Amino acid sequence: MRVMKGRVLVVDDDTALAEMLGIVLRNEGFEPVFCADGDRALSAFRESKPDLVLLDLMLPGKDGIDVCRQIRNESGVPIVMLTAKTDTVDVVVGLESGADDYVVKPFKPKELVARIRARLRRTEEPAPETLQIGDLAIDVAGHSVKRDGRAIPLTPLEFDLLVALARKPWQVFTREVLLEQVWGYRHAADTRLVNVHVQRLRSKIERDPERPEIVVTVRGVGYKAGPA
Amino acid sequence: MTVERTAAAIPLQASAAGWRQAVIRTVGRWVKRSGTAWRRSIMLRVVGSTLALSVLIVFLLGQLVLGQVRDGLLRAKVKSAVAEASSGFTAANQRLILAETSAESESTGDLVNDIVQDAANSGGGLYNVVLLSDASPGATTGAALASGGVKLETVTSLPELVRRVGQSPQPAYAYRYAPILYDSGTTKGLIVGSRIRGYQLFYLFPLDQEQATLSLVRQRLATTGFLLVLLLGLIAYVLTRQVVSPVRMAARISARIAAGQLDERMQVSGEDDLAKLASSFNRMATHLQQQIRQLEDLSRVQRRFVADVSHELRTPLTTVRMAADVLHEARDTFHPQVARSAELLQTQLDRFEALLSDLLEISRFDAGAAILEAEQVDLRDIAAKVIEGAEPLAERRGAALRLVGPQMPCVAEVDPRRIERVLRNLVVNAIEHCDGRDVVVRVAANNEAVAVAVRDYGVGLKPGEASLVFNRFWRADPARARTTGGTGLGLSIALEDAHLHGGWLQAWGQPGAGSQFRLTVPRAVGQAIDRSPIPLEPADARRMHALAEVSARRAGVGGPHAPA
Repeated sequence: MRVMKGRVLVVDDDTALAEMLGIVLRNEGFEPVFCADGDRALSAFRESKPDLVLLDLMLPGKDGIDVCRQIRNESGVPIVMLTAKTDTVDVVVGLESGADDYVVKPFKPKELVARIRARLRRTEEPAPETLQIGDLAIDVAGHSVKRDGRAIPLTPLEFDLLVALARKPWQVFTREVLLEQVWGYRHAADTRLVNVHVQRLRSKIERDPERPEIVVTVRGVGYKAGPA
Repeated sequence: MTVERTAAAIPLQASAAGWRQAVIRTVGRWVKRSGTAWRRSIMLRVVGSTLALSVLIVFLLGQLVLGQVRDGLLRAKVKSAVAEASSGFTAANQRLILAETSAESESTGDLVNDIVQDAANSGGGLYNVVLLSDASPGATTGAALASGGVKLETVTSLPELVRRVGQSPQPAYAYRYAPILYDSGTTKGLIVGSRIRGYQLFYLFPLDQEQATLSLVRQRLATTGFLLVLLLGLIAYVLTRQVVSPVRMAARISARIAAGQLDERMQVSGEDDLAKLASSFNRMATHLQQQIRQLEDLSRVQRRFVADVSHELRTPLTTVRMAADVLHEARDTFHPQVARSAELLQTQLDRFEALLSDLLEISRFDAGAAILEAEQVDLRDIAAKVIEGAEPLAERRGAALRLVGPQMPCVAEVDPRRIERVLRNLVVNAIEHCDGRDVVVRVAANNEAVAVAVRDYGVGLKPGEASLVFNRFWRADPARARTTGGTGLGLSIALEDAHLHGGWLQAWGQPGAGSQFRLTVPRAVGQAIDRSPIPLEPADARRMHALAEVSARRAGVGGPHAPA
């Protein structure tokens, strides 16, 4: 008997692809839930309370970007986009609307499953740990970030990114290293993922996102945590 | 004293020479500058030649008119002078006849004096008279007399006239123009002479009046001519201005259109030829604008189409891909033939996918939709990354990959994803054609460019193939095509990527000596490259070439460079 590893909401209008995704996900032990319409995606999300959303960017009715934004407004649940477009603008717009990761069609089932697993991997209980970075207090086990006692809501991915940087404040992280540690890519992948998510993280935690003090850019290398 | 003067004179001369040189230089510069203006400006040329031609014509016309006026004046003068003189001759003749026939003998001196005085008086100062006696033409006393302070030389210095008068049958006369010498000066004059009974009587008419008239006419003609030339120049200026300014406007506006301001048009006024020029120019511009818009629309449609095809094809392909994968995973449970089919499906789907993405990439280049996302990158890092990625393939083919690069960074402003794709393509290509020998990736930089060369020691390229390798779907050996991977578009895409950077991608190869592909990109986007930091023909190949030649010569085989 397989143990259900998590519920995945598949938002895709192509029934054949949705069915195939269902087969593959079930094969890997996930529980797929389907929605074929962008307008109904939000209600389907509320009903099914999935652990992860697979979202096709091109949808009838509401477009995938809007759906992504709506879900992100309500929850930090991991969102993986399915996209046929590789043009930078499309990818960046998708990521900026709140997606954590994306897979370009046509993808191999293993690739998709690896992406889903990487987003769901936080199953093991982390040891209690408190980090200090700038004027932020991070409770790793409690999954919370506070400035002067006030909590700042972050998505799991943004939280992972911040923790990865805060654990080694002396180290400069290249985009490739961050991709491996935070997104779970073993091979070099698209560094735009890092750029977009660093921007989003900054917009939430920095006092002035134009002059970041917590996540600092090191020109030509990558990013590092600012002085504690 | 002399020494001092010489010493003082030297610097003076030197400065004079310097001054002359400066003048020559200034004049030269001026001539050069006006030559340039002459070549560049139609207006200057038209006005200039009009002025030159009209000066010439006015001068010639002036000379003609002046000549006619002078001839007319002189003819009238001669007529009146001859009439005047003739009556004087007649009177003198009668007086002489009277003197010969009368009983009382007057002294010759008195007679001559009387005749001269009478003649001069009746002229009222309009002319003077000279009388010479036949007997002594050169004599100055007695038989020769002049009135009004005229020197006798006036006449006696004209022996030809004197002779003609002396020989002429009576009552003929002769005349000629000659200066009249007074005691106080000289004027131009007309001299009419006749022989009367042993004497020669000359009437001397000064031409002062005519001279004055003539110089007045000349002055007036010069003034008129000058004004006329000025007027003609002005007319030429105004006319050329009318023609040239629309032409200049057309030049200005076509330059603006060429610079991309497609909405620029000429002003059309009137219905003349220039208006026609302007309106047909505008029609041309409108037509061009339409064509460009149409092309832009086509390009947009094409781009849109590529995006749509991309999406429409990818979605079903994803489903097929996943289905094939599921079948592939389960192939152990199938009948062997079905299992093999599942395998074929899997591998050919990989190929199909690669082909589709390459086709989409190429069509993106063709539609002009490819965008360069440049940043400062060290190309050594990209090369290292590519080599790392190609290591597994190289191991399978038994090839060793080597990276050769300088210690200093080779940074250029490039799109790292594109450069990585180009290098991956070149390296994989080299591994597939290296026949198990080394593949060397060399990185180098100079002031203006960074280059990466991928060298293999495989079968190499036949002459002429170096330019064919970048053609779409071109294969060196059609028989190998199906066994080695690749879509046949890899190098075409690599070339497009290089061009997008404003760089070069070139191939060198020799049968048996291997081949080298060299990518050169400028250090900054938009910068021109003159020279690549790596020679296209590798140094080791050149050395091998030289060695082969030397040994061929030693063996006595006549190579192309061997002495005959």
